Amino acid sequence: MHSLSHLFLNPGDRRFWAGFTALGVLFLLLVPALNLLLPADSALHVPNYMVTLIGKYLCYAILAMAMNLVWGYCGVLSLGHGAFFALGGYAIGMYMMRSIGARGVYGNADLPDFMVFLNWKELPWYWLGFDHFWFAALMVMAIPGALAFVFGWLAFRSRINGVYLSIVTQAMTYALMLAFFRNEMGFGGNNGLTDFKDILGFDLSQDATKMGLYLLTTLVLGATFLLVRFVTASKLGRVMMAVRDAESRVRFLGYSVTGVKLFAFTLSAVLAGIAGALYVPQVGIINPSEFSPANSIEIAIWVAVGGRGTLLGPVLGAFAVNGAKTWLTGAAPELWLFALGALFILVTLALPKGLVGLWAGLRARVTEKSND
Amino acid sequence: MRAFHLILALAALLLATPSARADDDFSTALRALNADSYADKIAAAEALAALGEGRAAPILDALADGRLYVTPDGAILIEQAGTYLEPLSQKIVTTDKAEAITVNNRLRGVARGAAGRLALFSPNAQARGAAVEAIMNSPSDEAADMVRAALAKESDATIKALMVTALASLDLSSDNAGHRLAAVTQLADSSDPSVRSQIQRLLETETDLQVRKVAEKTLGSIEFRVTLMGFVANLFQGLSLGSVLLLAAIGLAVTFGVMGVINMAHGEMIMLGAYTTFAVQQGFRAFLPADLIDLYLVAALPAAFLVTALVGMGLERGIIRFLYGRPLETMLATWGISLVLQQVVRQIFGASNMEVANPSWMTGGWDLAGGFTLTYNRVVIILFCLAVLGGLAALLRWSSFGLHMRAVTQNRPMASAMGIPTGRVDAMTFGLGSGIAGIAGVALSQIGNVSPNLGQGYIVDSFMVVVFGGVGSLWGTLVGAVSLGVVNKFLEPYAGAMLGKILVLVFIILFIQKRPRGLFALKGRSVES
Amino acid sequence: MKFNRILGAGLFTAASILPMLAHAAEDTIKIGVLHSLSGTMAISETTLKDTVLMMVDDINKKGGLLGKKVEAVVVDPASNWPLFAEKARELLEKEKVAAVFGCWTSVSRKSVLPVFEQLNGMLFYPVQYEGEESSRNVFYTGAAPNQQAIPAVDYLMSKDGGEVKRWVLAGTDYVYPRTTNKILEAYLKSKGVKPEDIMINYTPFGHSDWQTIVADIKKFGSAGKKTAVVSTINGDANVPFYKELANLGVKADQIPVVAFSVGEEELAGIDTKNLIGHLAAWNYFQSVKSPENDAFIKQWQSFIKNPKRVTNDPMEATYIGFKMWTQAVQQAGTTNVDAVRQALYGQKVKNLTGGVAVMNTNHHLSKPVFIGEIQGNGQFQTVWKTKDVIKADAWSPFIPESAKLTADWTYPWVCGNCTEPKFK
Repeated sequence: MHSLSHLFLNPGDRRFWAGFTALGVLFLLLVPALNLLLPADSALHVPNYMVTLIGKYLCYAILAMAMNLVWGYCGVLSLGHGAFFALGGYAIGMYMMRSIGARGVYGNADLPDFMVFLNWKELPWYWLGFDHFWFAALMVMAIPGALAFVFGWLAFRSRINGVYLSIVTQAMTYALMLAFFRNEMGFGGNNGLTDFKDILGFDLSQDATKMGLYLLTTLVLGATFLLVRFVTASKLGRVMMAVRDAESRVRFLGYSVTGVKLFAFTLSAVLAGIAGALYVPQVGIINPSEFSPANSIEIAIWVAVGGRGTLLGPVLGAFAVNGAKTWLTGAAPELWLFALGALFILVTLALPKGLVGLWAGLRARVTEKSND
Repeated sequence: MRAFHLILALAALLLATPSARADDDFSTALRALNADSYADKIAAAEALAALGEGRAAPILDALADGRLYVTPDGAILIEQAGTYLEPLSQKIVTTDKAEAITVNNRLRGVARGAAGRLALFSPNAQARGAAVEAIMNSPSDEAADMVRAALAKESDATIKALMVTALASLDLSSDNAGHRLAAVTQLADSSDPSVRSQIQRLLETETDLQVRKVAEKTLGSIEFRVTLMGFVANLFQGLSLGSVLLLAAIGLAVTFGVMGVINMAHGEMIMLGAYTTFAVQQGFRAFLPADLIDLYLVAALPAAFLVTALVGMGLERGIIRFLYGRPLETMLATWGISLVLQQVVRQIFGASNMEVANPSWMTGGWDLAGGFTLTYNRVVIILFCLAVLGGLAALLRWSSFGLHMRAVTQNRPMASAMGIPTGRVDAMTFGLGSGIAGIAGVALSQIGNVSPNLGQGYIVDSFMVVVFGGVGSLWGTLVGAVSLGVVNKFLEPYAGAMLGKILVLVFIILFIQKRPRGLFALKGRSVES
Repeated sequence: MKFNRILGAGLFTAASILPMLAHAAEDTIKIGVLHSLSGTMAISETTLKDTVLMMVDDINKKGGLLGKKVEAVVVDPASNWPLFAEKARELLEKEKVAAVFGCWTSVSRKSVLPVFEQLNGMLFYPVQYEGEESSRNVFYTGAAPNQQAIPAVDYLMSKDGGEVKRWVLAGTDYVYPRTTNKILEAYLKSKGVKPEDIMINYTPFGHSDWQTIVADIKKFGSAGKKTAVVSTINGDANVPFYKELANLGVKADQIPVVAFSVGEEELAGIDTKNLIGHLAAWNYFQSVKSPENDAFIKQWQSFIKNPKRVTNDPMEATYIGFKMWTQAVQQAGTTNVDAVRQALYGQKVKNLTGGVAVMNTNHHLSKPVFIGEIQGNGQFQTVWKTKDVIKADAWSPFIPESAKLTADWTYPWVCGNCTEPKFK
């Protein structure tokens, strides 16, 4: 009780909750209201494609928060987070493939189209169970989590860190990409999983389903926000940050650095998997290019642009970079890579703390001036 | 009186024109090559060859190469480096109305086979060798007779051996069991996979027990040699892949090793090197005489080194030096640089592939036994790669810049304390690493695409090589690249290209767990931190 | 302070997502161009973007469409498949384009397919592909396997093609080569080719080290039977493949390679002197002489301001698609998708290579097929062509599961993959 009241009494916390509620209202109520209630020709109307787009950004924001947990707070730069995201996406994609049933083009009730096409006669064992939503939902978290746990255990135990860890995780996602490209793997090869019809009986082509997915993603982002805040405010979180700042000292103090890193890495992978699972029904396709090393690097860039080691930074970064990408690929299709490349260079050079740091810096200057 | 005149004329004709008539026949047959349908052209080529005249050989060769032209009035000309040769008079003709005689593969095969048969009697030994090979590609009974006739006159030992083998393989399908026996005995020393499959086919139908016995023995010995050569070929391919990996990685090894900077734009330096090669080639084509074109590659080396080294130093001074001590941020910034560089190239040269031709001394290969061909470009690249590595090692070992570099690699603060200008060393190192990536680009342009995406294809592989070999160790990079190349190539026949690559990656990941600092870990204080 | 941080962030986000207030002028017809201008596919797709722009430019010079100017909205999906879907939605919902010309890879088409079907858009897809699809919202103007692969194999089996008895089917590991090879395998077996005379090989995208595979092909071809390679190797991997072929001395008169993804544009990046005689099968070659083609090449080279730029098959497919769409719009008198779709059936456009292309009710074209040999100058020389146009099969009769399906979007079928008509 004491701690709870403490949570609300602390002025910083009060601001946090106020901001959190404001953002919640914006995404949970305002966007749907502007979409559903206003007529389409109103200047403030949020069109359907914008809802889908924001839904996609929200998934990226969850992914960026996951990345931030392990990089921003624990100092482990994983360049393989796209792999966990994609694995989560594949898990939910497999469920949606199974629920197509006999509505595929070849009308086979037992096998997805691409398996019919490859002359497969029965479902491979690793597809069993994916006709149940609960199983797929479990796998969304279990598969990335397990992979991260095993990989992290091997890597952190041998004290692979810094740049080396980045490269090894990059090798991991690259190997997975090549593996998923193989048609023999049974995940649809280069095309991946597509042609989804519905999820839990809701038709994916309906705007209402899209709105539902959008709202769900918003709620999950909110939950992730709270979770990351909870973890980083805990004692474990403090040890995490200590590992980031001075790994050897923490080790000498008797903490299990391996354990702390492993926890952060695994939790982060699970969150990335959930983000992937929310992403796939909204974009309608999952394929091996999601594993490409470039995608994972981009995740790190969102975090860096927003400000790593801050709660809000990753969300901001994901929205800013992807928003810029959306805008520029339409407005300046020939030149947008210049703008994006320049943004990365500029942010790392001039804004080591990202956009959040920029805002804090501006505020500090204003306060200084008013104090004078 | 009239009769007498007639007889006189006939006699004159008979006396004077054997060669003139042959000329007429030849000229008619030649003109017939300009037929409408491919079937007629094939008949014409065969008719031309059937005249059995050696001068038909270059014409048929030109036909096969698509260098045979026809003028509107039906005269046939051979095109040679932009000029036209009239084959009968051997005179140079100038015309701008000649059109190439179209050929398809069937006609091409016939023409080449026929030219080959004619060339069997050529005074040029190399041409005779090629002729025997051409005949083996299109075997026939009359070809066998021709080879037999040529064998009798042959003086060159290697070509003689070639002819004997060719005859033997032609004799394998003879009706006479004695001939077949002689042939299989004769072929025991062969290591040609096509001979192997011929003997296999013979064994399927052979009824003569003695021939079977010898054939089986021959087959066994050929198979042994083919397997052996297969192994050698695999090894060579592995070395070649290793040298490509090494070239791509070596510049990275320098920057990564010395500065601990992951340069994500490293691949783009390779790409810039390749584009410089293209530009130099275009310059040679436009401004220099045509016979110098083969030298463009030599000129491209310093050009590519300079361009990329300057770009690299510019980047170091302009961007990267502000990020020292923050290796992860450097990575992100260089990623941004790589996007920009790709787009710059796309804006200047366009998005499509650029054509970079192999110089003639890098085209083709050297046919060794067992169906194994040592291609010139790969051999050159292996040698070149070793030269670059040797040069770099020498630079590091013996120059004062190398000494400074090594000092900074091992312990930066201490080196700085000893008065080494670490900032300048960093800039020069970055320039050197980029320059080496640039000359790697020159080499890679010879075997692959020259496109804005060129660098992306090599970046992950080069990281793997550097980390696997051990950061900061040139020797490690060499061993790492070569072993990864060889392992990859030995896995490929069993696992396929894709799975082979995945297995190699998994192997590297597991290996790094065992030895986090790679094969040849550098010892030093700074490495620990 | 934290709160302000959050509020600032919220404002920023709101600003970044607020719909851009772009008001399109009322007197234009917008069309979307959805081709990658960056990333791995830019190499092929940039050309098609320019082709559409050229066509738009041309039609505007001639007074526009229905009295309005045509405006091309170009976006860059950056070879990123989910981004294709996002951009497609943007084009249809935000820009409200009347039709979209775009996509190259099958996966990009699969990615945008649900968007076009949900929003009832119209996509013209200009690239040869694997078939096995017929969407109400897509018009496929590239070749289906029966317009490329089967004629090519027939030619190689003929006397002129060298009476090939042994086959290497080499491809990049994705759906187009898999389907084509599956169809070809069934077809070859039906022609009496033994299974041991067929070698199938798949390689990853962008495969660059071809030593082993080309050596294997050589070995496979040394069995005494005439051998040919049917290549469905994709874009980037072709340059190193052909360089290796040339250097290992694989000559076209011994082991010809017939490719379905190598056109003039790809050859422009290769020195073809050592590749003379290798083949490709397409519905269009730049070297084919016709008044339409000459005019098209001239127009293209002056539009792109490069007298050496080549033209290729997907460009012709884009050209035909665009022409058909404008004709259908004129005929329907509106750009309404449903009306234009109806007007498109049976729409005829003169091929650049002679003859007339027809849009069929399965949303695929009838086109002629050409087989050409590579020349030293980077062009193809036609060595064989169909007497008449060939109608594309959306569903291949050589794949048992798809043989029973019919694509026909007119009454009484009204279906892309049915075994019986919707209306009886």
